[in-house]
Amino acid sequence: MALKMVKGSIDRMFDKNLQDLVRGIRNHKEDEAKYISQCIDEIKQELKQDNIAVKANAVCKLTYLQMLGYDISWAAFNIIEVMSASKFTFKRIGYLAASQCFHEGTDVIMLTTNQIRKDLSSPSQYDTGVALTGLSCFVTPDLARDLANDIMTLMSHTKPYIRKKAVLIMYKVFLKYPESLRPAFPRLKEKLEDPDPGVQSAAVNVICELARRNPKNYLSLAPLFFKLMTSSTNNWVLIKIIKLFGALTPLEPRLGKKLIEPLTNLIHSTSAMSLLYECVNTVIAVLISLSSGMPNHSASIQLCVQKLRILIEDSDQNLKYLGLLAMSKILRTHPKSVQAHKDLVLQCLDDKDESIRLRALDLLYGMVSKKNLVEIVKKLMSHVDKAEGTTYRDELLTKIIDICSQCNYQHITNFQWYISVLVELTRLEGTRHGHLIAAQMLDVAIRVKAIRKFAVSQMSALLDSAHLVASSTQRNGICEVLYAAAWICGEFSEHLQEPHQTLEAMLRPKVTTLPGHIQAVYVQNVVKLYASILQQKEQAAEPEAAQEVTQLMVDRLPQFVQSADLEVQERASCILQLVKHIQKLQAKDVPVAEEVSALFAGELNPVAPKAQKKVPVPEGLDLDAWINEPPSDSESEDEKPKAIFHDEEQRQAKQRQPEADEEELARRREARKQEQANNPFYIKSSPSPQKRYQDVPGVEHIPVVQIDLSVPLKVPGMPMSDQYVKLEEERRHRQRLERDKKRKKKKDKDKKGKPRRHGSLHTESDDDLAPAQQVDIVTEEMPENALPSDEDDKDPNDPYRALDIDLDKPLADSEKLPVQKHRNAETSKSPEKEDVPVVEKKVKKPKKKDKKHREKEREKKEKGKEARVEKEGEDLDFWLSTTPLPAAAPAPEEPGVNAVITAPKEEDEEPQREEQGDEEDDEDNERDPEKKSSKHKKKKHKKEKEERSKDKKKSKKKKPPGDEAAEPVENGALDEEPLPVRAHVQLLPPGREFLH
Amino acid sequence: MIKFFLMVNKQGQTRLSKYYEHVEINKRTLLETEVIKSCLSRSSEQCSFIEFKDFKLIYRQYAALFIVVGVNDTENEMAIYEFIHNFVEVLDEYFSRVIMFNLDKVHIILDEMVLNGCIVETNRARILAPLLILDKMSES
Repeated sequence: MALKMVKGSIDRMFDKNLQDLVRGIRNHKEDEAKYISQCIDEIKQELKQDNIAVKANAVCKLTYLQMLGYDISWAAFNIIEVMSASKFTFKRIGYLAASQCFHEGTDVIMLTTNQIRKDLSSPSQYDTGVALTGLSCFVTPDLARDLANDIMTLMSHTKPYIRKKAVLIMYKVFLKYPESLRPAFPRLKEKLEDPDPGVQSAAVNVICELARRNPKNYLSLAPLFFKLMTSSTNNWVLIKIIKLFGALTPLEPRLGKKLIEPLTNLIHSTSAMSLLYECVNTVIAVLISLSSGMPNHSASIQLCVQKLRILIEDSDQNLKYLGLLAMSKILRTHPKSVQAHKDLVLQCLDDKDESIRLRALDLLYGMVSKKNLVEIVKKLMSHVDKAEGTTYRDELLTKIIDICSQCNYQHITNFQWYISVLVELTRLEGTRHGHLIAAQMLDVAIRVKAIRKFAVSQMSALLDSAHLVASSTQRNGICEVLYAAAWICGEFSEHLQEPHQTLEAMLRPKVTTLPGHIQAVYVQNVVKLYASILQQKEQAAEPEAAQEVTQLMVDRLPQFVQSADLEVQERASCILQLVKHIQKLQAKDVPVAEEVSALFAGELNPVAPKAQKKVPVPEGLDLDAWINEPPSDSESEDEKPKAIFHDEEQRQAKQRQPEADEEELARRREARKQEQANNPFYIKSSPSPQKRYQDVPGVEHIPVVQIDLSVPLKVPGMPMSDQYVKLEEERRHRQRLERDKKRKKKKDKDKKGKPRRHGSLHTESDDDLAPAQQVDIVTEEMPENALPSDEDDKDPNDPYRALDIDLDKPLADSEKLPVQKHRNAETSKSPEKEDVPVVEKKVKKPKKKDKKHREKEREKKEKGKEARVEKEGEDLDFWLSTTPLPAAAPAPEEPGVNAVITAPKEEDEEPQREEQGDEEDDEDNERDPEKKSSKHKKKKHKKEKEERSKDKKKSKKKKPPGDEAAEPVENGALDEEPLPVRAHVQLLPPGREFLH
Repeated sequence: MIKFFLMVNKQGQTRLSKYYEHVEINKRTLLETEVIKSCLSRSSEQCSFIEFKDFKLIYRQYAALFIVVGVNDTENEMAIYEFIHNFVEVLDEYFSRVIMFNLDKVHIILDEMVLNGCIVETNRARILAPLLILDKMSES
């Protein structure tokens, strides 16, 4: 054996260590892969040896290789071997490797349970620490279940180093094993008041993360957190707490009211940008949660906006970015306050940094109003031309569309202008967002009836110049707009000035190079157009002209029949047959126009995007039931080859089909209507009010559209949206003049007239501005009995759903965490059992404490299971209704930010560090006296607490005012070490200052 | 929550990586390449925060070394930005020699500072305490 050891250490001398490996890789730049595979072979040899030192070295190297992207999962078992080494130096290498490469899929991980348990209860805090750290990376549901109790016990360990880690790991345990949350929660809550700031911070972190996902379960902790917030001096903790409050306030507006003051104080006093940023964010969240009818809060908003303006004006790009980010949150609820800083935002649009420009764009979204929309979009359009990268340009494009279409186009006063903007955007080369533009064109044309005529004229121009759009940009998305253009021209063909020209444009051979789905729309709409031309010609009694058009169709349609796209082919051949039939009838001088246009009678109405989903399932219908017997496997295999033949058969079948005469068509149409009427799934047109008008003859119900004739309906050629800027200004000017006149008549000499004389747009309020056209924006349709709920947004796979657990409910016995059977519960609670004799004195104490704790718990349970739940609610109510504690922070009137920023950086961390350092010393050197005394105190406190809690229960209703005051006394730790006054916050930020 | 912590050199080689949520090994390489690319493509006049897929990147450059932290969208960017510097200061205090050969120790430091994706310790003395004890152990 000894010989083996010696042999091992000799071998060891010739092995590469990590340093050699790193050097080696550097020296083999040209054949790195080869060198590494050679090294891996060596490592495999090393892992076969018995010497643990050699193995650890090998695993250490593997960890490095894993970082470079090499899979080392094959060494999982060796990693576990090294993890179980008794020497800490090796053990930590094992755990490091495990934390880097183990995951839920690692099968050997179940072998680690006992090893980890052993390490968790090791007398050395570093063994425990390394096990906890590792566990945080690779904990599985099984490990979580088996070790939950051990880790929970460690949360009350004597050493803050362990407590801190144990508390944090619990978060992962909760995620993997949600059943552990309720039993562990009381202890976690206790840790919020741990004497050690590190443990406290860990508990805050965990609860913060939990509460972020399921805030309502943590509302009862608000008073405790409030206390922490007003007493803590650690900015990291403050940030977390304030973030937590941000998640809680939406549920409890009263909490928000209480928070405003301390938060504004912090905003005034802190010099740490991170904290300031967090405070601003939470204040925003608070203000969102409060109803807007609180005039005194406009001061807080102003404060936030002011602070953010300072950030945005800073030369530091990071601050600028964050300022804009936070500003966009304010924008959602208080657009007016942000709009005042439009200049600043527009300025940021010219920033060198794309991220900042994008943030500024976000802000613009909320800054537009009826009066400045045109101006802002004009600016954006000029940016579009200048933009160098396609990503940024695409972003601009989407933003323009977002800005214009927001809130049902509420800011658009002139839709002609908007259509012109859209048409201009089609000239963008290489954009991916053609479909967005197309969707807008369709939406506007369908829903704004007054604009159809203009839209059609623009779209026909677009179709005419389609070669510009389609040729240069084969593969990019802009040709999508032709989809919209073709549809609009077809559907609203009655508005076309020169339908024949458009028809020709749509039948050009070039069209066949467009993507299939666009061609299909072309084909379909060509017929609509054809129908309206026929009608026109017949009415004008020009049968020759009508026959010419038919001939054109018969000549051109075959190019689509040959299309490789199934949809195009099918539609084209169907239509070709129809047209040929019409041709025959025309030859016999039969009037056909009426019947052809009847094919497209009726109006298509916009349907809300979610309408389909909202159709309620009729009673007694099981959507999951099979209609036919499920196909056997063999059939489904055949399916693919079949489809190929299918295609041909279909075509033949189509040609063979007897040509349906008009009567037949009419009959079918009737039948279809009948069928639709009986079909419960068909969205019927009658019941929804906005649709009713089309069924009723007559015009009274159609909203009257007044078109301001000062805007030309047809702008020659492609319109420049800029024209409208001028027109718009003129129009407004006229409006103003009229108003002024009226006002003079009324002898109204208020001061508003003054700024108006400058012609400044800013002084006008939105309401003053009459739109250029009275437009009726048709709302999208929803089915009858649509379900109002929006449940579809919830993700059923969200892991945090399982953690949505009522934490106030008393714990049932069945919920207790499983305790390992082979050791009794008592020992597992005190991991220091095997501790060195020196510390033995302490060992028993935690046990006692635990016992007491449990007794207390039991007592509580017996006394008032129900009452407790209620009490917490009441306490919260009471706490919320009282005025906030006077914040300890003496907020300096003039936030001495500058002064503090220049403060020497050492000072920032120093005071805190010294204090913490002392603590550390206490523990390491003279732990006994210190510990004892604190223990005693704790014991006393426990007793007091017990008594008090009894008292409390008796006189719940009378006493609550004392609660607030009593709590700090209860917490011995706070008394022992008076924390620095709040003013120190300025000196202890993790602020950026200390970094420079 | 911190999702991952990367140290990368200017050539785009990963020098240290730590993931707080499991990511497949081949996806890691891919992710790292993308992350590095987006950091390297930025100039010094640009801000240190990048919106990247469904999370945020916060990075700082120290000479030829980039430190990149990926966080979820609720994290305070500025705090992480400070944290990176804090981390570098600790490294600075402890290492006199090249860090590259002592990666495992960098891991120890990082593990003391970040656990489970949360920042747990920012005090230099406390962070280094276990490491110093370890050094003493190996010396004796």
